Amino acid sequence: MTDAQFAGKVALVTGASGGIGRAAALRFARGGATIVCADVDEDGGHETVSLVAAGGGTASLVLADVSSESDVESLVDITMHEYGRLDIAFNNAGIGLFGKPLVEITEDEYDRVMGVNSTGVFLCLKYEIPAMLQSGGGCIVNTASKAGLVGDAGLSVYSASKHAVVGMTKTAALEYARKGIRVNCVAPGVIDTDINTPFWQANPGAYEEFSKKPPMGRMGTAEEVAEAVAWLCTDDAAFVHGHAMSVDAGLLAE
Amino acid sequence: MSRLATKVALVTGGGAGLGRATCLAFAAESAAVVVADRDAEGAAGTVSLIERKGGSAVSVETDVTQASDCERMVAEATSRFGRLDFAYNNAGMGGEGLPTHETTLVHWDALMAVNLTGVFLSMKYEIPAMLETGGGAIVNTSSIRGLVSYPDLSAYTASKHAVFGLTKSAALEYADKGIRINAVCPGVVKTALVEQSYARMPGFEERSLALHPVGRFGEPEEIAATVVWLCSDEASYVAGAGLVVDGGWVAQ
Amino acid sequence: MSDFDHKIALVTGAGSGIGRATALVFAREGAAVACSDIDTESGEATVRMIEDLGGTASFVRADVSVGSDVEAMVQTVVERYGRLDVAHNNAGIGGLGKPIDGHSLSEFERTMAINTKGVFHGMKYQIPQMLKQGGGAIVNTSSMMGLVGLAGISAYSASKHAVVGLTRSAALEYGSKGVRINCVCPGIIRTPINQKYWDEFPEAEKEWLSIEPIGRYGEPEEVAEVVAWMASDEASFMHGHALSVDGGATAQ
Repeated sequence: MTDAQFAGKVALVTGASGGIGRAAALRFARGGATIVCADVDEDGGHETVSLVAAGGGTASLVLADVSSESDVESLVDITMHEYGRLDIAFNNAGIGLFGKPLVEITEDEYDRVMGVNSTGVFLCLKYEIPAMLQSGGGCIVNTASKAGLVGDAGLSVYSASKHAVVGMTKTAALEYARKGIRVNCVAPGVIDTDINTPFWQANPGAYEEFSKKPPMGRMGTAEEVAEAVAWLCTDDAAFVHGHAMSVDAGLLAE
Repeated sequence: MSRLATKVALVTGGGAGLGRATCLAFAAESAAVVVADRDAEGAAGTVSLIERKGGSAVSVETDVTQASDCERMVAEATSRFGRLDFAYNNAGMGGEGLPTHETTLVHWDALMAVNLTGVFLSMKYEIPAMLETGGGAIVNTSSIRGLVSYPDLSAYTASKHAVFGLTKSAALEYADKGIRINAVCPGVVKTALVEQSYARMPGFEERSLALHPVGRFGEPEEIAATVVWLCSDEASYVAGAGLVVDGGWVAQ
Repeated sequence: MSDFDHKIALVTGAGSGIGRATALVFAREGAAVACSDIDTESGEATVRMIEDLGGTASFVRADVSVGSDVEAMVQTVVERYGRLDVAHNNAGIGGLGKPIDGHSLSEFERTMAINTKGVFHGMKYQIPQMLKQGGGAIVNTSSMMGLVGLAGISAYSASKHAVVGLTRSAALEYGSKGVRINCVCPGIIRTPINQKYWDEFPEAEKEWLSIEPIGRYGEPEEVAEVVAWMASDEASFMHGHALSVDGGATAQ
């Protein structure tokens, strides 16, 4: 892979204020893409933009809540208006809800998790696809999860939301495979990012325990997931459509 | 490009098709390549292609169904180049195109020996060599037929499902010992082997193409690029995975 | 199949299709069946069909997308019958026949609210009652489209994938407490949901046939038999499973 693999391309990353989103924004920028960072966290978003700039890249921040249709429509509009094209989209914004048994999950919690993780991905696809068709094609990667492929205790609604992402990924892939848009998703395992912080705080000892669970004996880093996302967006992956790519050190193999 | 300079890669079935394309892709990243194939001429051909571009390669006549051959091909890598970093266990044969009850035991045994036992025997000798130098990466060729099936390909499908299962088990055993093991699950890629299979199954090619969401078959280079990426440090957290490169076939 | 004598079964979406068929099978096997639907007329018709065959049933109206409706529905069942042994969370709406960017937000949300949140609500209120009794069995209706995709039905596929996620996770949470939770993944079944789609898109009725290796569409009764079996004691070690009843569609 060269430094110019994404030169001339415009990449939109949701949830870019931290974690996997930030790592992906930096990774795409290193490859020469111009980045549109989207998030609800303004401070984190500005920091990502600065980090991209410090590395010699170009990025801008658009505050957007992916569960809001008007926010997502504006986000894509602004991108097309500013840069005239959209080549890559990493629909990554997501929230967690870990460690609560199903019967204790409230309506509000259900609505929030599904709203960001599933409806958010739907809205992003809905507005990104026409923009990409206008741009002559493109590549979309959605953040699903290992929990989008199997279940886990304490993860029922999160797992449902991520399974939905897998379903949308496959269907959108089938709909646009011959129209120049490739759609795939990544299924990260246990990755050391802030989405897990509430769970670590509520469960002392869990961090160490979960660090040992993956067959590799450690959690993954945001950068490792970002590498997989970036690869999926290169021409080397031109025959990869509708795939849920596991980045989980073998957790799913167990 | 020299992402893999100082690294040594071994490819079985490297004399043609996906294997050859992957040998060339490893060499393009400056890895030294051991080309193993039952077809000595094919393997030598791959070596020439690599050397013509300034790369480093050696061929080893190898029948992956023979333990001693697998042992020898790995020994060739370590004696010639001092180490083994990557292995792509790709040697395989195609299906007969007959329904299950008409499949001969001869075909079944021959296919299992190459497609499944061959992968097992290859890993059996590759793994110790990699452990010796602190780690490595292995990619086994499974197939979309390792996830779903198609009529008249029962032996082939069984062997490719088995390769995926074997991959996952081995992955769990060595993930924390520095060896990442994954499978690539190619869709239909037009190689000589596939063309031979199709010749035995009239109408299959047209039907297959129509069922590909992307509207075309894959290119060997696309599989090769996937294998090389899986072996690279960029895939450092990918283990036990079946990376599907199929133009959307299994998504439907 | 084991006797469902003295058992109380609850079926949502019991007014037609798979739900009606399942209600009839439960009744045939001796259960008293609480038939729930958003449509009173069809729900009560199912009750009459059961009574005409000598069974016991009653109707309880509920919109599964409304949490308080589902809470009241479960309460009503317990008040009427004293217990709840088996629940089939089946109420659902079908696909829309347009690409993902052709779906409106309200169409997407409506599909998710009924198909996914409806199952969430169902389990949220059924599980505590079953825990009180020391156990029970739940079968959720997912779909073949909960495992793979199909052009034109993205909201439906997303919602049915999500049902699989809910099912597997809930199974892991409550299995050791006596509540067995599974889901069924029907292929293309002759139900009013699909008939409605075929009325709007007549080519689909012919096209989709090629998806079914068995060469025909399924009947609601064929799914109902499997649901009832999964809910019975004969399936006592089946847990967290997504059982395909799809004429071979997902094998390919």
